[in-house]
Amino acid sequence: MTVEPALAQKVTIRDLKFFYGDTQALKSISLPLYEHKVTAFIGPSGCGKSTLLRVLNRMYDLYPRQRAEGQVLLDGNDILAPNTDINLLRSRIGMVFQKPTPFPMSIYDNIAFGIKLYERLPKAELDQRVEAALRGAALWDEVKDKLQASGLSLSGGQQQRLCIARTVAIQPEVILLDEPASALDPISTAKIEELIDELSARYTIAIVTHNMQQAARVSDYTAFMYLGSLIEFDETSKLFTTPHEKQTQDYITGRFG
Amino acid sequence: MNRTLRARRQILSLVIMGLSMAATLFGLGFLALILGTLLFKGLAGLKLSVFTQMTPPPGAKGGLLNAIAGSLVMTTGGVFLGTPIGMLAGIYMAEYGRGTRLTMIVRFINDILLSAPSIIIGLFVYEIYVAEVGHFSGIAGIIALAIMVVPVVVRTTEDMLLLVPGTLKEAAAAMGLPRSIFIRRIGMKAARAGLITGVLLAVARVSGETAPLLFTALSNQFWNWNINEPIANLPMVIFQFALSPYKDWQQLAWTGALLITCAVLALSITARILGAQGTRK
Repeated sequence: MTVEPALAQKVTIRDLKFFYGDTQALKSISLPLYEHKVTAFIGPSGCGKSTLLRVLNRMYDLYPRQRAEGQVLLDGNDILAPNTDINLLRSRIGMVFQKPTPFPMSIYDNIAFGIKLYERLPKAELDQRVEAALRGAALWDEVKDKLQASGLSLSGGQQQRLCIARTVAIQPEVILLDEPASALDPISTAKIEELIDELSARYTIAIVTHNMQQAARVSDYTAFMYLGSLIEFDETSKLFTTPHEKQTQDYITGRFG
Repeated sequence: MNRTLRARRQILSLVIMGLSMAATLFGLGFLALILGTLLFKGLAGLKLSVFTQMTPPPGAKGGLLNAIAGSLVMTTGGVFLGTPIGMLAGIYMAEYGRGTRLTMIVRFINDILLSAPSIIIGLFVYEIYVAEVGHFSGIAGIIALAIMVVPVVVRTTEDMLLLVPGTLKEAAAAMGLPRSIFIRRIGMKAARAGLITGVLLAVARVSGETAPLLFTALSNQFWNWNINEPIANLPMVIFQFALSPYKDWQQLAWTGALLITCAVLALSITARILGAQGTRK
């Protein structure tokens, strides 16, 4: 692997194994997420890329029979340690899901709700933060006149950007995107991809995608996974042009998966 | 396809459809008969005085005011007492104890309670409350109705919260939301239509119950706001008047029955509409 040594590792995954009950879904994964870079995870369905993402904010904690082994360091601290404050962790590592999931409340409250969880702000400042988040998610111009309308009244693409705005509003350090555009039409997808590009200036981003072109378009680094193992991790430009592993080459040229 | 085979299937289909339709008509027929009789007999006595005058002694003019008021008081009391208990239990089962042994046991017992004969609930409250205090009272009636409200609300609360999409829960968790805040601010909100439906169904269920009141609230010929004394209520008055030999009383019983039926019908329809709205979102 050719990696510039100067890059800071925001997240370091070391020898990570993951189990659904007795089934092992991840086999000793090690890789970094570089600060302010976009890292894409690609691979056929069931290869473990979403599972990996869900370890990074300990989403699996919601389910009793799932467990992780190994280390995931966020700024050097192991988030898999049992004494980790999970809610605090999730305020630092935000996540956006495949299906848009606006809360059943107004557009304004969808954003303000998360902010109010962590900070007590005067109304004017809260308004500013909501606006900034909506602008950050390229949604402000479309919703500024109907902030009190239900979040559920927006189109799918708008709902997804609302979810991104909601995540950004809490000011996390890392954003995890789990196939954020796979349920959207091409125009909405293009908007989300543009957005990812802008967000990478301020956040460290990990994105899972089924779409290899999308990975090539939006990411700086790409990890190719297969059957729970990390096959190859490299700069996106290199991985897609000169892959080292035969399996990677077969996958990106469409021979399987 | 073989022609005789096809013909045989068509005949079978016709026979089964005929039987199904006959069964439907049989069921609906009785319902129509009951409602028709009720409307016919009940409407005859529906006058303003029904809502403004007390239950009369035999032979005198009167209405159902004290019974209507008593029914409202006890149904409201029972729902206000039973709903919080049912909702909290339902929230526990759907959110905190999902899939645990305790939840399964509670659900099983709750289902039994849901279909328990209401007269047993009346007797139970008679034993633990009325016999201890020494007299019938509205409070005892409220307790009996609350016991009937609880299982309905437990059931709908659990069912409705289980319907809240897991993705919404994950999205909330991903923002670092503690579970309690998720339940109060998002889960309950997403399930709101269903939860209200459950309460309305509970109201509909208890508002026509006579048996639990027979041993608890009894009835009262007079106006009474004191829930520590026997209170008049529609089901008991209907029961008492319908069995009497007096024409006036029998007429009031029919009218009372019509009132309860209309109220329950209105509640059920409202619950249906709300429920449909809830699932459409």
